[in-house]
Amino acid sequence: MSRAVQPGRGGPPVIEPGHTYATVTDKISSIVLARRTPLFWVLGFFASFTLTMVLLGAISYLLAKGIGIWGVNQPVGWGFAIINFVWWIGIGHAGTLISAILLLLRQEWRTSINRFAEAMTLFAVACAGLFPLLHMGRPWLAYWLLPYPNTMALWPQWRSPLVWDVFAVSTYASVSLLFWFVGMIPDLATLRDRARRKGFQIFYGMLAMGWRGSALHWYRYETAYLLLAGLATPLVISVHTVVSFDFTIGIIPGWHSTIFPPYFVAGAIYAGFAMVLLLAIPLRAVYGLQDFITMRHLENMAKILLATGLIVGYGYVIEAFMSWYSANPYEGYMIGNRMRGPYAPVYWSLMLCNIVAPQFLWFKRVRTSPPVLFGIAVVVSIGMWLERFVIVVTSLHRDFLPSSWGMYFPTIWDWATFVGTIGLFLALMFLFIRFLPMISIFEMRTLVPEAGPLAMQPIPEHSVAGEEG
Amino acid sequence: MSSNPMHLPRVYGLLAEFERPEELVEAARRAREAGYRRMDAYTPFPIHGLSDALGFGRTKLPLVVLAGGLIGCATALGMQWFSTTIHYPINVGGRPLASWPSFIPITFELTVLFAAVFAVLGMLGMNGLPMPYHPVFNAPRFAFASRDRFFLCIEAKDPLFNERSIRAFFESVGAREVVEVEE
Repeated sequence: MSRAVQPGRGGPPVIEPGHTYATVTDKISSIVLARRTPLFWVLGFFASFTLTMVLLGAISYLLAKGIGIWGVNQPVGWGFAIINFVWWIGIGHAGTLISAILLLLRQEWRTSINRFAEAMTLFAVACAGLFPLLHMGRPWLAYWLLPYPNTMALWPQWRSPLVWDVFAVSTYASVSLLFWFVGMIPDLATLRDRARRKGFQIFYGMLAMGWRGSALHWYRYETAYLLLAGLATPLVISVHTVVSFDFTIGIIPGWHSTIFPPYFVAGAIYAGFAMVLLLAIPLRAVYGLQDFITMRHLENMAKILLATGLIVGYGYVIEAFMSWYSANPYEGYMIGNRMRGPYAPVYWSLMLCNIVAPQFLWFKRVRTSPPVLFGIAVVVSIGMWLERFVIVVTSLHRDFLPSSWGMYFPTIWDWATFVGTIGLFLALMFLFIRFLPMISIFEMRTLVPEAGPLAMQPIPEHSVAGEEG
Repeated sequence: MSSNPMHLPRVYGLLAEFERPEELVEAARRAREAGYRRMDAYTPFPIHGLSDALGFGRTKLPLVVLAGGLIGCATALGMQWFSTTIHYPINVGGRPLASWPSFIPITFELTVLFAAVFAVLGMLGMNGLPMPYHPVFNAPRFAFASRDRFFLCIEAKDPLFNERSIRAFFESVGAREVVEVEE
């Protein structure tokens, strides 16, 4: 037996004892099929929907007036739009890491958190995608970014990282959607079979596409799922690498650096796991899912947060070191300006949030305390947003010629758009947890004790077969 | 239905219900040994070794995905090469028109995109999904196949199909219940 998780090994279990196929199925599907919508859901959805309306208002005003309503101007042409874009897209990365990379690494504990982490990815990418579109000034011409036959015979500039970004982000969104939907097909069939109301039967029946759990179908399904995981793994690393190219291909001090790709990918996973914790901790409490999202999950996620936090911290240190070691006066001024210039409070808050806060995760008592973990996750999310602010704004506002220096201040419309996307993200999450299974039911069935060694996690375990044969 | 003068529903197959995956795999293996070929199992989660026990061959899906990846790669490289060297060449200080290193990111992305789309559509297409109607859904307890029960169906198309002997076989392998599935 090479099953990664056995009782008595590796700390608390990934699923509490006493569960069977039936209890796992009924517990998770009852969240969706419950006749009564819980009060906290109504209140939470109302609040997030209100913020979504703020976003709608901000976008409408932007379309009417143009991006002059934002704080962007020369020399800081990239303000909140790019900060928020990078922040949201980074958050999405944890979902793909959990669903694809941890699957390939046979981390069984990923099973109960992968579904909503993937949903988080999709919704975060949707929020991220809004910003570059709105920042273009004429978003209704967004299709100019794509290669299509046009009367001017023009093509996109293939050598520009901004065009690479269009392809990277749209591929990432499409593959994440496919991965998420394919993972959900067997669970949609379960909901179709459990639903009592006609409308729900038709709704889930259409989405399940007639899935009947045939052995031959499962075999192809597992193959497809594994291949998708293999494809999504390099994809997720490429996406934030390409996002970092948006900066590194430029010659602005503080951007033109080879550490950016790995440091951006680590930062993305860091921010993403913070967001998974922010979602998982309240969800397991309000829906009583402590049996499925156990302390072990929280602790493992806290460890990943600590590890990626240290990589990000290393990135900050190397950035400062290289600006001195390179003996480039512009790089040297850039780091000094970050530490002592007008945006110094942002820089030092970033250091506090991203380097100091995760150090508490060295202690097991912190890692096993949901409220403290939640607090650290909030701090890390803020820290990662500040990091993007520092990278975008401090590098642009004072570059080479002092005569072209300036300051950047966000306006109320910048804030309304940003807060509005948080509302959109939460509203989509609320709809997701109400109408779709937030934990993969069929994969949870393979984890219950009665499933035994025959139950197949999406990766076929050849060692098990060998011992049987 | 002209071949069926009494207008009785035709039989699709016999469906046996099992409580444990081990029982199902054992039954599938013994059914294959007994010479049955046209059969399928229905389970709430993927079961290791079941498709081997039923005698299904290896799937061609990986080749479909490989083809998708190659098509995506060729599309991306071809589009970038064609547009920069033939369709709209721009001389920028004598730099090479086919500047392939800067074509790599888009080539990579489209390779992944095409391979993923082929994987999903290939899986659905080979499985014949979406399929709104299938006879096994007529079995009264089949809804449990998506919860906690394991089913084995020997289809009427099987050359050895004989209702009485299959019922006896299913009882010998410990089926909990055997029902006739109508077409």
